[in-house]
Amino acid sequence: MKILIMNGHIIDPAQGFDGIGDIVIEGRKIKEVRRQEAPRRLTQESEKCDDSGTRIIDAAGMFVLPGLVDMHTHLREPGFEYKETIRTGTLAAVRGGFTSVCCMPNTNPVNDNETVTEFILRKTYAEGACFVYPVGAITKGQRGEELAEMGMMKEVGCVAFSDDGHPVMNSLIMRRALEYSRMLHVPIISHCEDMSLSDGGVMNEGAVSALLGLRGIPDAAEEVMIARDIILSKLTRGRLHIAHASTKGSVALIRKAKADGIPVTAETCPHYFSITEDAVKGYNTNAKVNPPLRTQEDVEAVKEGLRDATIDVIATDHAPHHRDEKLQEFDKALFGISGIETALSLSLGLVQEGVLSMSQLVEKMALNPARILGIGKGSLVAGSDADVVLVDVTRDFRIEAARFVSLGKNTPFDGWMAKGAPLTVIVKGKIFEAESTAAPLRDGDCRK
Amino acid sequence: MPMLRSLKSKDLLGVKELSPDEIHLILETATGFKEVLGRDIKKVPALRGKTVVNLFFEPSTRTKTSFELAEKRLSTDVLNFSVPTSSVVKGESLYDTIKTIEAYGVDFVVIRHSFSGAPYFIARNVRASVINAGDGVHEHPTQALLDAFTIQEKKGGFSGIEVAIVGDILHSRVAKSNIHALSMLGAKVRLIGPPTLMPPHIPEGVRVFYDMDDGLNGVDVIMMLRIQMERQGKGFFPSTQEYFRYWGLNLRRLNGAKKDAIVMHPGPMNRGIEITSDVADSPQSVILDQVTNGIAVRMAVMYLLAGERA
Repeated sequence: MKILIMNGHIIDPAQGFDGIGDIVIEGRKIKEVRRQEAPRRLTQESEKCDDSGTRIIDAAGMFVLPGLVDMHTHLREPGFEYKETIRTGTLAAVRGGFTSVCCMPNTNPVNDNETVTEFILRKTYAEGACFVYPVGAITKGQRGEELAEMGMMKEVGCVAFSDDGHPVMNSLIMRRALEYSRMLHVPIISHCEDMSLSDGGVMNEGAVSALLGLRGIPDAAEEVMIARDIILSKLTRGRLHIAHASTKGSVALIRKAKADGIPVTAETCPHYFSITEDAVKGYNTNAKVNPPLRTQEDVEAVKEGLRDATIDVIATDHAPHHRDEKLQEFDKALFGISGIETALSLSLGLVQEGVLSMSQLVEKMALNPARILGIGKGSLVAGSDADVVLVDVTRDFRIEAARFVSLGKNTPFDGWMAKGAPLTVIVKGKIFEAESTAAPLRDGDCRK
Repeated sequence: MPMLRSLKSKDLLGVKELSPDEIHLILETATGFKEVLGRDIKKVPALRGKTVVNLFFEPSTRTKTSFELAEKRLSTDVLNFSVPTSSVVKGESLYDTIKTIEAYGVDFVVIRHSFSGAPYFIARNVRASVINAGDGVHEHPTQALLDAFTIQEKKGGFSGIEVAIVGDILHSRVAKSNIHALSMLGAKVRLIGPPTLMPPHIPEGVRVFYDMDDGLNGVDVIMMLRIQMERQGKGFFPSTQEYFRYWGLNLRRLNGAKKDAIVMHPGPMNRGIEITSDVADSPQSVILDQVTNGIAVRMAVMYLLAGERA
C-alpha cells in the first residue's frame, strides 16, 4: 500500500530536515521525503484515497517525526502477564508514539539465555504491534554472580545487556561484563544503585521523607554506582549506558566522564524532569518509583543535562503494575510508573519551555537511542522502515489513566493536561490511530 | 655430542633472561639429545655423579615425569621431594626447606610453585642451579623451549611464521614464556580469546583477536591453552558452552588456518571445551611430539647448566 503524508512539519535530524514537506511510503518502507513549496489542501471526497489507491494523510498543523525508540521498557512477558503482555505493552507503546522498544530482562524466567530471547521474539512476531529489541541480562538470573551467555543472546537478537531492576553490586563482575561486551560491540546498560546505601528506602531521602516518616534513598546511592561504573568503563573501554539518571550529582558525573572521553551514554525519564518528591505527599503510591522522584534542584539539573547533551536519551522505564500492587501501604507498594503512553506528551513540555528544540527532542527519543543500540531506526531517510508518528501540538490533551491501553494504570500524571500527543502512528507501513489502537500487527515481521 | 658450551647464568628462571643465542644453543643441544632418545639404550653418562631434586609444589603429570626421565637419561641421581608428605605440611618455610636440601649437596633444583617468583627466591639463596618448572602465572621456560623446538622441527625455522596462542592468556605462564621466546626467535605472535582473558599489557608487535575465525586466518601454528573451569565462576566467561562456541578449536576453524598448520597444546587437554577430539587426534596435531621433545629439551637445559660450572 502506498501512503502519502502531506503538509506536515517533518523533523528528521538524521538528515537535517526541519520543515514542511511530504513523505511517501510504499509498502513497509519510506520511499521519499521531499520539501513542499506550498501546502496543498484536500477536498472532502479525496480526503482518504486518491485514484491510484494511495492513502492520503493530511498532516497540516502537525509534526511528523520518525517513530520513537524507547530503549527502556518492561513488557513483563514471560512470567508477569497479569501486569502487561508483549501484546498490550507494544500497543501501549504505539499509542505513545513508539514504534520500537527494548524490553528489559527482569521477566520470569529472566531473559538470561537464547531460549527466552527467542520466546520474546516469537511472541512479538505473533502478537506485537511494534518492533521489539530484547535486552539480555548481564548475569545469570540477574543474581550478579556469573556472566550470562551474552554472545549467544546477541546472536539471536539481544541488542544490549542489563540487569535492570537490579544493580550489579559486585564490581569485579561489572568489570568483566564491560570487558566481555567489548567484543560484541553492544552497550552495558547499568541500573545504578548501591543497595547497601538505598537500604530498603522507598522514596528520595530528604525533607519530604522525613516529614512522611518514610525511609529515604539518598542521592549517593545512585551517584556512587554511576562513579564506579564510569571508572570501570574507563578501565575496560567497554561501552556503558547509564539508565534513568535522576540527580544533579549524576548529571555532573556523566558530564565529566564525557569530557574525559570515556565511552558513556546516558538516559533519563520524563518523570525526572516533570515532577518532584512532592508528588509522594499523601503517600501516593503512583509516585513510588526507583530511582525515586527527587528535588526541584535535581529536576533543573536533569533539564540542563538534556539541554547540553550530557543526557543522550529520554526513555520511559515503562513499569506497569497490577492495580493491587499499588493499592497497598506505601512501604509495600511496588516501584514503577506506567509511562509509555505519556512520555512524548510530557517531553513536548521541554520544547515548550525552550529546553530543547523539536529536532533535539527527536534526537533524544528516536535517533540517539537507535544509534546507541546500533539498530537502523530513528530516521525518515529514504529506504528506512516506514515508522512514523504524527504529533498534534495544537490542542490540549487530558491524560487519563483509565483510557490507557497498557494494563498498567499506575501513573502520577492522571488528570494532567498535556500540550500535544501522538495522533497517528505508522509502524512498518501499518497505520494506527492513537485513539483506537486495537488490532495487533498482522502483516510482516516486526523483529527486523 | 656438541662441544661443551654453556649458558651465562647458573639458573634457568625465565625465557626473558635468555638471549636469542642461548635459545639457539639449547635447541641445537636438544637435537643431539633427541637422537639419544631414539637409541636402544637411552642413556648417556653426561651428568653422572650429579644430584637433582625435583621440588613440585603443584600437581603435574607431564612436566614432572619429563624432568625425571631427562634426569635419568643423563645418569643424574634423582631425588623426588614429595611436598604433601614433607615437613612443609608442618609449616616449614620454603627458605628452610631449600637450605636443608642444599645442605645435602644437590647440584640442581627443579622447582614448580604456585607463587610467581618463587624460583628467583630459591636461586638467590642456594648455590645449586635452579630450573623453573612453572611459577604461578609468570613463566614456564622449558615448556616454551620445547614448543620452540617442535615448531623448528615441523616448520624449519621461525622467520615469517605466524603463531596464534588461543585461550586464557591472562593466567597462562606457558603463554607468557612462549610470547618471549617466539618474539626473540623472529616469529609473529597473535593472541586469540575473550577480552576478559587478555593480559593488561600487550607486548609490542603482538596482535589481539577476539574473533577466532579472523584470528586463525593465515596462521602456521595454533597453540591451544587449557581453560580452567574455575574461571567461569569468576566472571571470565559465561559458560563452557559459550566458550567452546567462540574459541573452541574444531575442524572447521582448523581449516580456516593455513593448509599445513600444526596444532599444539601443552596439556592436559579439555576435550570438547577448548579443542575437539577430531582436531586433537588429527594428523595436524603435534601434541604428542611436544611430549617427546620435552625430554630432549630438558636434557639439553640441564647439560648446559652443568657445563657452566665444569
